[in-house]
Amino acid sequence: MATIDLGKHGGGNGGLPGHDHHGADDLSRPYHERYHAAHHFEDREHEFDAVKMGVWLFLATEILLFSGMFCAYAIFRLMYPEAFVNGSHHLDWRWGLLNTVILLMSSYWVAAAVRHAQTNNQKWLQINVFLTFLAGLAFLIIKFVFEYAKKYKEGLLPGKFYSFGGDATAHEPLWWAIYWGATGIHASHVIVGMGLFVWVWLRSRRGHFGPGHYNAVEGVGLYWHIVDIVWIFLFPMLYLIH
Amino acid sequence: MATISSNPVSGHPHHGHDHAHASYLQPKGGFAATVWDWMTTVDHKKIGVMYLFAILFMFFLGGVAALAVRMELFTPTVVTGGVATGQELAKFWGVDARDWAEGNNIYNRTMTLHGLIMVFLVIVPSVPASLGNFLIPLMIGAKDVAFPRLNLASWYVYLLGSMFAITAVIMGGVDTGWTFYTPYSTTTDAESMKVVWMVLGAFILGFSSIFTGLNFIVTIHKLRAPGMGWFDMPLFIWGMYGAAVIQVLATPVIGITLLLLIFERLFHIGIFDPRMGGDPVLFQHFFWFYSHPVVYVMILPGMAIMSELVAVGARKKVFGYRAVAFSSLAIAGISFIVWGHHLFTSQGEVSAVIFSALTFLVAIPSAVKVFNWISTYYRGSITLNTPSLYALAFLFLFSIGGLTGLFLGALATDLHLHDTYFIVAHFHYVMMGGTIIAFVGGIHFWWPKMFGKMYNENWAKVGWLLVFVGFNLTFFPQFIMGSQGMPRRYANYVEEFQIYHQLSTVGSWVLALGFVIHLLTFIHSLVAGPKADPNPHGALTLEWTHTSSPPIEHNFEHEPVVTHGPYDFDDVIPPQTRPGEFQLPKPNPNLKH
Repeated sequence: MATIDLGKHGGGNGGLPGHDHHGADDLSRPYHERYHAAHHFEDREHEFDAVKMGVWLFLATEILLFSGMFCAYAIFRLMYPEAFVNGSHHLDWRWGLLNTVILLMSSYWVAAAVRHAQTNNQKWLQINVFLTFLAGLAFLIIKFVFEYAKKYKEGLLPGKFYSFGGDATAHEPLWWAIYWGATGIHASHVIVGMGLFVWVWLRSRRGHFGPGHYNAVEGVGLYWHIVDIVWIFLFPMLYLIH
Repeated sequence: MATISSNPVSGHPHHGHDHAHASYLQPKGGFAATVWDWMTTVDHKKIGVMYLFAILFMFFLGGVAALAVRMELFTPTVVTGGVATGQELAKFWGVDARDWAEGNNIYNRTMTLHGLIMVFLVIVPSVPASLGNFLIPLMIGAKDVAFPRLNLASWYVYLLGSMFAITAVIMGGVDTGWTFYTPYSTTTDAESMKVVWMVLGAFILGFSSIFTGLNFIVTIHKLRAPGMGWFDMPLFIWGMYGAAVIQVLATPVIGITLLLLIFERLFHIGIFDPRMGGDPVLFQHFFWFYSHPVVYVMILPGMAIMSELVAVGARKKVFGYRAVAFSSLAIAGISFIVWGHHLFTSQGEVSAVIFSALTFLVAIPSAVKVFNWISTYYRGSITLNTPSLYALAFLFLFSIGGLTGLFLGALATDLHLHDTYFIVAHFHYVMMGGTIIAFVGGIHFWWPKMFGKMYNENWAKVGWLLVFVGFNLTFFPQFIMGSQGMPRRYANYVEEFQIYHQLSTVGSWVLALGFVIHLLTFIHSLVAGPKADPNPHGALTLEWTHTSSPPIEHNFEHEPVVTHGPYDFDDVIPPQTRPGEFQLPKPNPNLKH
C-alpha cells in the first residue's frame, strides 16, 4: 500500500513521496519514520487502529472455524466415549506437552518482537521474529516426524484408511478423523504463520518497522497467538482427557 | 504526527492531479490501459461496479436454469412428446433423454444449478458486494473502504469460487440441491469430482464473503466523516452493518462444514457417515448454523435499501429511526439461534419446540421494520417513481413472505408443509420478493449516481409492473399447491396440480420479460440516457449531497462534515438539486425562531 500511495500523492511535491511537512520525506530516514498511512486514513494511528480491528475480526472467524471441530469432538465423545478414551491412549502426552511449551515460548517471542518494534530495537525485533519462525518449525517437526509418521505407519488413520492391527473399540476411526482433522487444520495454520513470519522478518531486515509503523508485526503476532491458543485447547482435549 | 498536513482536506488541493477530480469512470489512456486499471483497481466504486455486472450475469444464468425448471414442470410427466424441455436440456448436457431416469437426473441438476447460483453467487453477495461496496464509503463520507486491497482480493476470490462452481457445471452438474445434505452428497456420482469442485467453490466464495463483511465492519467503525455519530448514519449503513456481522461470524462455520464434507468425500473419514458411527444430521446442524444466519445476510441488505427508498420516496424522516437501526442488530443476533427450525423433522421433539419458539422471535424486529416503513409513508409527500414502486412491492411481497414463515415456524403446521411447494413459495417471497426486489429498486435508485445517466422512467415502470405481476403469478400458486401437498424437488406430479404449475410457468415468462425490459432500459440509459444531476432524487445523504454523479475518483473534493441527519427533509433544502425542483421545507412548528 505504502509504495502505491507514495506515488499517487507524490507528483505535487516535486517527486518527493508524500506531503508531510515535518521532514518525513527525507529518504535518509528509516522507512518506518517516513511511512505514510494509506490515503483514506487520517494518520498512522488511525490506520493502525483499523488494521488491529480487522485482525481481531479475522481472529473471531478463526475461532468459529475451529469451533466446528470442537463441536464435532464433543458430540462424538458423548456418543462413543470408549473409542475416544482408547484412541487418546495412542497419543504420547510428552510430545504434546513439548509442543505446548514451544508454542507458548513462541507467543512470548512474538510479543517481545512487537515490544522491540515499539522501542525501535531493530536487532532484537529481527531475532525475536526469527525465533518465532524457528518455534513454528520445531512444532511441525515434532508433529510430523514424531507423531504423524508413526500413526501413519501403524494405520491409525481416519475413516476408510484406518488399518490398525491391534485392539480397537468400535468407531475408533471416528476418533482419528477428529484427531487428524483438528490437528491437521491447526498445522496448516502453523505453516501459514511461518510464511507470514518470513515476510515480516524480511521486511524487518529492511528497517520497515519501528515505533511509528509496525502494523504487520502486530497483526501477524495476534494471528500467532490464536494459533497458540487453539493448540492450548487441543492439547488437553486430545492428549490428556481419558 | 502531522495531523493537519496528512489530512485529505488540506492535503489535496495543493496537488493538481486531474484524475483525482475527474469521474471515476473516466478511462485511463487506451483500451488496454483502462482494462488493466479496472483489473488492478483498489477503488471501492469500480470494485462495486464489477461485482454488480458479475452478479447480474450470474442472475441471468440462474434465471435461465429457473426458466428451464419451470418449462419442465409445465406438464406432469418428465419428458413428453409435446413439450421437449427435458430433451432440449438433454441435448445441452449431451445425454439421451428418452430414458425416464435420465430425465429426472437432468431436472435435478438444473434445479441444483439454479439454487446454487442464486444462493452462493447472486443473493449472498448481491447487495453488499455491489451497492454496499459502492455506497458505504460514500454514505459515511470516507475515501474508500478500510482495506482496499482486501476488497480487490474478495473480488478475485469471488471469481475463483465461481470458476470452481462453473467447472462442476461443465463436468455435468451436480444434483445434490444447494444444501449438499449428507449422505447423498458424499455418495452421489461416487467416481466423479464434480461435487468436490462445487463444494470447494462454495468454500472459496465464503472467503470472499468474509473479506467483504470484515471490511465493512471496520470501515463503518473507523472511517465515518466528522460529525457522523452512530445515529447520524443512514439506515442503509445500519442494515449493511448487521449483515456484515453475520457474514464474519457465520461464514467460518460453513467453511469447516464444507471442508469436512470434502474430507468425507475424498478420504471417507466417517464424520457424517452412519455406517462408521458418524451422524448425517450433524451436517444439517452445521450447515444451517451458517445457512440460517446467511438468510439474513440476504435480507438485511434488502431492508437496508428499503429504508433509503422509503424515506426519500416519502420525503420524510424514517419513523422510529433507532427502532429500525436496532432491529437490524436484533435480526443479526436472533439469526444465530434459530437454525434448528430447518430440522424440525430430524431432531428431538424438545429441541424442536425450543427452536420453534425462538423462530417466532425473528418476526418481531422484522415487523418493527415493516411497520416503521409504512408509518414513514403516512402523510409523506410520495414520489411514485420506479424505486418507490419497488419499495411498495417489497412491503407487499416481504409481508407475505414473512407471514407465511410463521406457518412454517409453528411445529404442527410445519409437519404438514415441510418439503412442499409452500416452503418454496415462502422463501422465494422472502429471497426474491424481498432481497431481489429491493436490489432492483436500489439499482434504479442509485443508477444515476453510479453511471451519471438517467434511465427512461416509463419503461422502467413497465418493467416493474411485469416483474411484480409475474412474480406473484409465479409463486402465489405454489402456496396453494404446497398446502395441498405438492412436494418440492420433483420433476413430475399428479395431474391435479397441473393448473397451478402452468400458472406458475406462465408467471415465470412474465417475470423474465420484465427483467429483459429492465435490462434494455439500462443499456439504453448507458448509451443514450440524459446526464444525471448530482442529486436527482433530492436526497440528503452524503453520496447525493457532497459529490457529483458519477462521483469523482477520490469520492469528495473536500472531506464532508455532517451537519444534519440523513432524513431531515423538514429542515434542510436538498443541496445539489436543480433550483425549485424540490419543495422548500415546511416551517417546523416545533422550532422557535
